[in-house]
Amino acid sequence: MSQILLGTYAQRNTDDHPPAYTPGYKTSVLRSPKNALIAIAETLTEVTAPHFSADHFGAKDNDLILNYAKDGLPIGERVIVHGYVRDQFGRPVKNALLEVWQANASGRYRHPNDTYIGAMDPNFGGCGRMLTDQNGYYVFRTIKPGPYPWRNRINEWRPAHIHFSLIADGWAQRLISQFYFEGDTLIDSCPIIQTIPSEEQRRALIALEDKSNFIEADSRCYRFDITLRGRRATYFENDLT
Amino acid sequence: MNNWNFQELHETPSQTGGPYVHIGLLPQQAEIEVFEYNYDNNLLKNNPQGERIRLEGQVFDGLGLPLRDVLLEIWQADTNGVYPDQTNPNFQGWGRTGADFTSGFWSFNTIKPGAVPGRKGSMQAPHIALVIFARGINIGLNTRIYFEDEKTANAQDPILNSIEWAPRRQTLIAKREERDGEIIYRFDVRIQGENETVFFDI
Repeated sequence: MSQILLGTYAQRNTDDHPPAYTPGYKTSVLRSPKNALIAIAETLTEVTAPHFSADHFGAKDNDLILNYAKDGLPIGERVIVHGYVRDQFGRPVKNALLEVWQANASGRYRHPNDTYIGAMDPNFGGCGRMLTDQNGYYVFRTIKPGPYPWRNRINEWRPAHIHFSLIADGWAQRLISQFYFEGDTLIDSCPIIQTIPSEEQRRALIALEDKSNFIEADSRCYRFDITLRGRRATYFENDLT
Repeated sequence: MNNWNFQELHETPSQTGGPYVHIGLLPQQAEIEVFEYNYDNNLLKNNPQGERIRLEGQVFDGLGLPLRDVLLEIWQADTNGVYPDQTNPNFQGWGRTGADFTSGFWSFNTIKPGAVPGRKGSMQAPHIALVIFARGINIGLNTRIYFEDEKTANAQDPILNSIEWAPRRQTLIAKREERDGEIIYRFDVRIQGENETVFFDI
């Protein structure tokens, strides 16, 4: 088979994402551009991205239960989260850097600016990272985060969520988002989730209970798949360079 | 939904990085020691070829106040205008930093990139891709940093020239200065309002 020549990434469907200006999420009001984004035809700058060496990863980088444990285990629900990263055309995304961060079981973050009364856990850090494998698969282990209050309206509460970031094959795929847990009733009232215009896309951020992958007398499991933008192949003129 | 169409997946929707984005992406700035090897804002670690420069600035909101919780990443070519891949261990081309929690200043130590081929045989002026994430920003804002001492190349750059409102192009040009023998490029980002930085849908 001759080598496939890759063209540009398919354009981002802006209707599938939150707009920048979303007054229900108050901080966005002064942090959103007034001008429309300027769309550009992609060049090498947008279709390339850095590579991350597996050599730089420690053995517990994807184990948030143990990677900050000092004198015991962190308190909270033991869960494994796993899934596949694919592009929009269904191809696996290999060797992508997936980074995650979250609050502890109280809904408290290990961050200098978080002063919520929920208790800190001296054995929980709240960050991890991994590379997807040749099938686009990833897996990490953690404590299920608690919901937490924040000052948007005064009695606003985030559902339990885990933040995630992906750096994959092209700069155009760079993505940061958050996933939620099936059945959390706070999902329906969260103004950050409500910035996403469609119900189907909001649902795409909910990790599903994966019962057959629970580990007896140990951990429950959630399944969460991620889709990135995909590149088209070029069979005629190649204008990229 | 019509069912007769083929199935293509939808990109996972973006959400804000939130105020504690540092925990996951710059744990040391949140005073968390978990990783042995941490990513940072120094692209000079393996002594790459090229002219050493320091990029610095602030990011301002619609009231002109600096964002002190913003996270920035850059992606750039090497001194020859080639994007690094696994075969170039001396230069990763990528770095990440957070604004200072007090002043809002951010910086990168890097090299000045060479010119990169554009589309259809054109050449792009030297530039660095920049993306910013923060509380209040629902989807990462993409922009580009060009250099004020590359006037001729900038005048012919296909991306700059695709910005119809010529005065807005100036918002993408970093200002050069020298400080203690170091070459500094100052690049401020204005998210909203007067002199709003150009952001791209890439």
